[in-house]
Amino acid sequence: MTLVYALDDVRVRLGSAEILRGISLRFHEGELAAVVGPNGAGKSTLMSVLSGMREDYEGECRFRGVEISQWRKGDLGRRLSFIPQNVRIEFPFTAEQVVYMGRTPHCNGLFETPEDREAVRRAMETTETLPFARLDFRVLSGGERQRVILAGALAQEPSVLLLDEPTTFLDLKHQISTYVLLEKLAREGICVVAVTHDLNLAASYSDRLVVLSHGEVAADDVPGEVLTKKLLNDVFEVDAGILSGPNGRPWVSYEQPAGQLPSQGRHPW
Amino acid sequence: MVDRRRFWTAVGAAAFFFLFALAVTPLIGSSDAAFSRAWAGQSPDKEILFQVRLPRVLLAGLAGGALALAGVVFQALLRDALATPYTLGVQSGAALGAVIAICFGWRAIGAFPAVWFSGLIGAAITIMVVVGIASEGRRMSSFTLLLTGVTINAICMAGILFLHYTAGFTESFTIVRWLMGGIESMPYNTLAILTIGVAAGVGIAVVKSNQLNLLSVGEDWAATRGVHLSSLMLICYLLGSFLTASITALTGPIGFIGLIVPHALRMVVGADHRLLVPTSFCVGGGFLMLCDTVARTALAPSEIPVGVMTAMLGGPFFIWLLRSGRRSLWA
Repeated sequence: MTLVYALDDVRVRLGSAEILRGISLRFHEGELAAVVGPNGAGKSTLMSVLSGMREDYEGECRFRGVEISQWRKGDLGRRLSFIPQNVRIEFPFTAEQVVYMGRTPHCNGLFETPEDREAVRRAMETTETLPFARLDFRVLSGGERQRVILAGALAQEPSVLLLDEPTTFLDLKHQISTYVLLEKLAREGICVVAVTHDLNLAASYSDRLVVLSHGEVAADDVPGEVLTKKLLNDVFEVDAGILSGPNGRPWVSYEQPAGQLPSQGRHPW
Repeated sequence: MVDRRRFWTAVGAAAFFFLFALAVTPLIGSSDAAFSRAWAGQSPDKEILFQVRLPRVLLAGLAGGALALAGVVFQALLRDALATPYTLGVQSGAALGAVIAICFGWRAIGAFPAVWFSGLIGAAITIMVVVGIASEGRRMSSFTLLLTGVTINAICMAGILFLHYTAGFTESFTIVRWLMGGIESMPYNTLAILTIGVAAGVGIAVVKSNQLNLLSVGEDWAATRGVHLSSLMLICYLLGSFLTASITALTGPIGFIGLIVPHALRMVVGADHRLLVPTSFCVGGGFLMLCDTVARTALAPSEIPVGVMTAMLGGPFFIWLLRSGRRSLWA
């Protein structure tokens, strides 16, 4: 598998707080990696380094052999797509126009070419967003927006897809279809890295779970190895049972935060 | 999606409106002036048309277009639908410069009226201060840009108030009239310089319009879609500020256009900046030419400040556009 990212001892400071404390990771082509971890573990910061948005990190983050901060933005835009956690749009762009924006790094002139049009159509078909192509992005539901944003990233035709919580607002069907799509993209050779809070979806579809905790990598392996009672207790501070899920993947059954809430009886409020 | 046909239909219609206003408004006025007689060189038609009205109409066209364009650029830059050319402080910097020139009774600096020159200097200082503060980190942020601009605005307005308070009766009247904004006839060489500057601004905005789309959605969005974020933001700030500064120095502040023209056009052509940038320029220019014509003829021989007309004519139209609740014609 071709190496895409090589991170060595990446550190990020925000003021006096150290958000990432020496992250060393490898990501490859054809791999679906899920990045999980509790709030404030540094997941989004890691994504901002991987996507080239944050250049004030220490250590090395090589993208295809070259330090990511050395890449020209235009070249990066044709190879890498990043889906932010929350996209709010002030202006009356239609869903289709939002998807077309993914083509901007490929655009030489002012106008779209037939290839652009075809890429957009395919992306919207894949994400089932064609029915509302002409609607104002702002009138769409949270889940529909998220699929439009995903379509925009697909239209960008990247070789690396970075997603920050891609399934937060999706209904069950589209949570699953999104992960099926991400898995398919990975099989086609794309390097997919997704931040998520949904351990079960991540465990069911991803090749790898990277667990971040307090800015460090707490675990990085196939889901079956990573998800243990001990890790869930140590990192996520919940008591959980590990069951056997689909395809022999682990399935986490959540219980309660370890020793925090009263276990039974009436609620105290 | 923007293909050539849609682009040229929209831009063609907007350009027609601009040219129509440019052709018709010089013929309207308190005294009769016919184009045929003026072209034949007869007085006073020639002087009225070519020395008085045409330069004034041209300035109105350039000013309206530039302000509408500056509004589009600042709204995209700040991702704020309520941003205007005046949000980021450059206008009050220009105003402070102009008021200083009025208070100290400066008449001319070089070949130019002192008020213009001093206004430009004021705007330039504002631009440097805002850029200096907002880009202090490694990354220019629209949030610091906005806060810095608003603060500079407040400081300059305080300076204007102070000078106004200490000014004598005549100066005070001049200041008030200047702050109301107004279009006057200009020498053609001034107009030529302005035309070159504004045309360059329109050109830059059209070339960057794809990137303006991305920026108007989000900074992260733009930064991972091929945009060098800090340089694009700097270009946008400087572009909007230079347009606003050069117009404000010549005309004083003219409100409303920079806010309402972009919004009205978003309802017609949609939010795509490839259409929005050129149509905003044309419609803003045409609209101000019409407003100024009403301003100078409605109560002739006295004039109404053009800023009054832009709001009085444009406001109800905009409300009608909102009420009719229609979606973009070209969704």
